[in-house]
Amino acid sequence: MASSNDSIKKTILVAFALCLVCSIFVAAAAVGLKPIQNANKDEDRKRNILSAAGMLEDGKSVDEIFASVETRIVDLQTGEFASAEELKAEGINPETFDQKAAAKDPSLSITLSGENDPAGIKRRSNYASVYLVMSGDDIERIILPVHGYGLWSTMYGFMALENDYNTVIGFGFYDQAETPGLGGEVDNPNWKALWKGKEVYNDQGQAVIALAKGGVDSSDPNASHKVDGLSGATLTSRGVTHLVQYWLGKEGFGPFLSHLRSEGVQ
Amino acid sequence: MSDVKNVLFGPILSNNPIALQILGICSALAVTSSLSVSLVMAIALTLVTAFSNFFIAIIRNHIPNSIRIIVQMIIIASLVIVVDQILKAFAFEISKQLSVFVGLIITNCIVMGRAEAFAMKNGPGMSFLDGIGNGLGYSVMLIIVAFFRELLGAGKLFGVEIFATVQNGGWYQPNGLMLLPPSAFFVIGLVIWALRAYKKEQVEEPEFKIAANSRAQEAL
Repeated sequence: MASSNDSIKKTILVAFALCLVCSIFVAAAAVGLKPIQNANKDEDRKRNILSAAGMLEDGKSVDEIFASVETRIVDLQTGEFASAEELKAEGINPETFDQKAAAKDPSLSITLSGENDPAGIKRRSNYASVYLVMSGDDIERIILPVHGYGLWSTMYGFMALENDYNTVIGFGFYDQAETPGLGGEVDNPNWKALWKGKEVYNDQGQAVIALAKGGVDSSDPNASHKVDGLSGATLTSRGVTHLVQYWLGKEGFGPFLSHLRSEGVQ
Repeated sequence: MSDVKNVLFGPILSNNPIALQILGICSALAVTSSLSVSLVMAIALTLVTAFSNFFIAIIRNHIPNSIRIIVQMIIIASLVIVVDQILKAFAFEISKQLSVFVGLIITNCIVMGRAEAFAMKNGPGMSFLDGIGNGLGYSVMLIIVAFFRELLGAGKLFGVEIFATVQNGGWYQPNGLMLLPPSAFFVIGLVIWALRAYKKEQVEEPEFKIAANSRAQEAL
């Protein structure tokens, strides 16, 4: 018995059969559960948008609250809302627009490299979703998607701003794989709470908000543009600074926000 | 019958995989800062150990000796991926907290150890029970550690406040060390001490002993 088990023929046969059975098993589980997982991810994304904007309420479902949030597509080059015709020409549906997929599509994105790519994202989509919370005809809050490279992973998050397009309401990541306990502390509610009330732009209109290593000195005149860095996670902190400055700067949502400031929502 | 009982409940006290065999320590440090996460991890590991033992025992007479570790690994890895997918579908929040640790069940020494030591030599039924038993032993330890860490570190159990903490205007100053992985070492160490005081036969023989009346001068 033992000797026939160890023959080359039997070894290859067992290895092949086992791999076949296991791969069918794993593939079935992955494909079969995909719809439920996607529904979870979608709800998680909405929850994170609402949580960044401080709009989550107990006892109300995420979908219920999210109904009051308007999703619009911004053309990052012109800094204006993309018109319906433009979106049609590009084949984009605002409800289902996937910025991650668009960033991979050469016709919908630009390549970034070296100095142009402080956030380490390699490609940037030409369009981006923004989420508006309206009160009457005016924007009350605006929620912007941001992402960039930390230490191990690309971190995806949302930043919510007041309608002065400068003061932060909330900030948080919904997808990251930084070191748990160190860089992973970007998910720590206490740290996220530090962002509230910080100002993104300085008097010259540059996005200067940054993480400060060793904590923020409250006597610093720029303290309103600084947030405590994460201890033990220098590279993740640097990544967060870069991605926030990139996305709120002139390559990201900067032109769009200054357009909103001067012209209002149209 | 006593065989079944021994296989199933032996690993809880008299042959605990963490306390006596000192296996699976890494995940016991990593996931025990809250009870609910530990519980899910314990269930996941118990299922993986039980089913990997079961499947390996079924095909144990056909596994070529030269690739047996790889065969065990493939079965364990497949089960872990399936568990991970199920968690992502039905317990999304907890799967986010467990992050990589579900995947790391693959490398958990308990799963591999039981497959190699028990399932390769016993029938599927017994092996399944052995997997459940060792999973229970792991679970009990994990829950004990998580109980103390969450209670002393955050003043909570299952996320429900037990001690009112100073931050929320109460009296309890949480011990931040208990939320960090090293504190699990202290808790596990204390549990092992308690266990060996109760069951003397678990105390290991010292590997060497200094002879009576010996003096240090010989070494000089």
